[in-house]
Amino acid sequence: MSLSSTSKIADLLEKNETELLRNWLTELEASGLRRDDLMRSTELNQQCHEFLRMFRSAAQHENFSDVQAPEWGSVRQLLTDISRDRAQQGFTPSEVATFIFSLKKPLFDQLKRELAQQNDLLIDSIWTVTDVLDQLGLWTTEVFQQTREKVILRQQQELLELSTPVVKLWEGILALPMIGTLDSARTQVVMETLLQQIVETGSQVVVIDITGVPTVDTLVAQYLLKTVEAARLMGTDCIISGIRPQIAQTIVHLGLDLSGVITKATLADAFAIALKKRQLTIVSKASQSV
Amino acid sequence: MERIPILQMGQFLLVTIQVDMHDRLALALQDDLTNRIVKTSASGVLIDISSLEIVDSFIGRVLGNIATVSQLLGAETVVVGMQPAIAITLVELGLSLSGVRTAANVDTGMRLLQTVLGVPFHGGLNANP
Repeated sequence: MSLSSTSKIADLLEKNETELLRNWLTELEASGLRRDDLMRSTELNQQCHEFLRMFRSAAQHENFSDVQAPEWGSVRQLLTDISRDRAQQGFTPSEVATFIFSLKKPLFDQLKRELAQQNDLLIDSIWTVTDVLDQLGLWTTEVFQQTREKVILRQQQELLELSTPVVKLWEGILALPMIGTLDSARTQVVMETLLQQIVETGSQVVVIDITGVPTVDTLVAQYLLKTVEAARLMGTDCIISGIRPQIAQTIVHLGLDLSGVITKATLADAFAIALKKRQLTIVSKASQSV
Repeated sequence: MERIPILQMGQFLLVTIQVDMHDRLALALQDDLTNRIVKTSASGVLIDISSLEIVDSFIGRVLGNIATVSQLLGAETVVVGMQPAIAITLVELGLSLSGVRTAANVDTGMRLLQTVLGVPFHGGLNANP
């Protein structure tokens, strides 16, 4: 029974390809999910045509139960490409999946017409088609998700590299402007780059500026203290600057102890302290000439 | 048994750790150094750990102990040249060596000792004339 239903489907795909394609496109249009703003209709036609062609040749093998099998490789590859493109073009996951699901109706119609007299075979065929199309639809969603995840991962890495600059303010004075939320992975990178820079430049004073850190909680404070402590072990004094009024209040409210660290409101104040520690002074030319 | 050499420079003692520390070596150093401080009545001790690349909780603790013992015997102690990895490890282990002076290298460490002890600068490089 099942064997005949699968061969029936392969047969039907072979015979009525053009009609199927036309009905499918009509169906896609009717579903309202055709996004003319995101892709041209000729491109969509092309993709539908391509898919039907590959679907047909995969169907020749009459293995509809497992789309992970090698004979479905080319279909999966095509869907992977389509799904990835659409993810980048800005389609939603349901729009991408509907591309596959909308093939059901035209295909069922065809089956109904062909197998009008054989109810058992009809139900069997419909079940087989549903199963395989569902699997393919899920596959597109999976690829879509993976594409999105890759984008997120890349952005995270970019953020990590972006947010850890160590700048030299003066001979022997480094500054570390921290931007964004601190988590353990980022803090680890920040700490390592800072300590490495201390070794390379032989700096005696480091100013850690947290103006760009939106919130300070106990965890962030702990990270800061660890960094300060590690820098101290290497013979470098740390000054924390850029503590905004709300953050100062939060720190007190949380009962965090930053008493072992020099803290300043602005980077300028911290720089002045750093210069003093290096026994340097800035003199205005005007006052000198008087 | 191998030992870590302790060099005398005027009133200061200089300890340069050039090999990986193991437990007995660290303890031997602690013994030797305390004896030397008493014998020479040194006023300052510089411990250079720039070649030290591995540290565990025991070595970390012994380092802290050596510094504390030296201070107890009246010698200012400065630990110099700690590598980033060692610093991170010690902080993660919760051994922040509080109360121990630190400096970036032997030169700055020596100057720090001289400033702390009020000894005038003599010879050597002097960045702030």
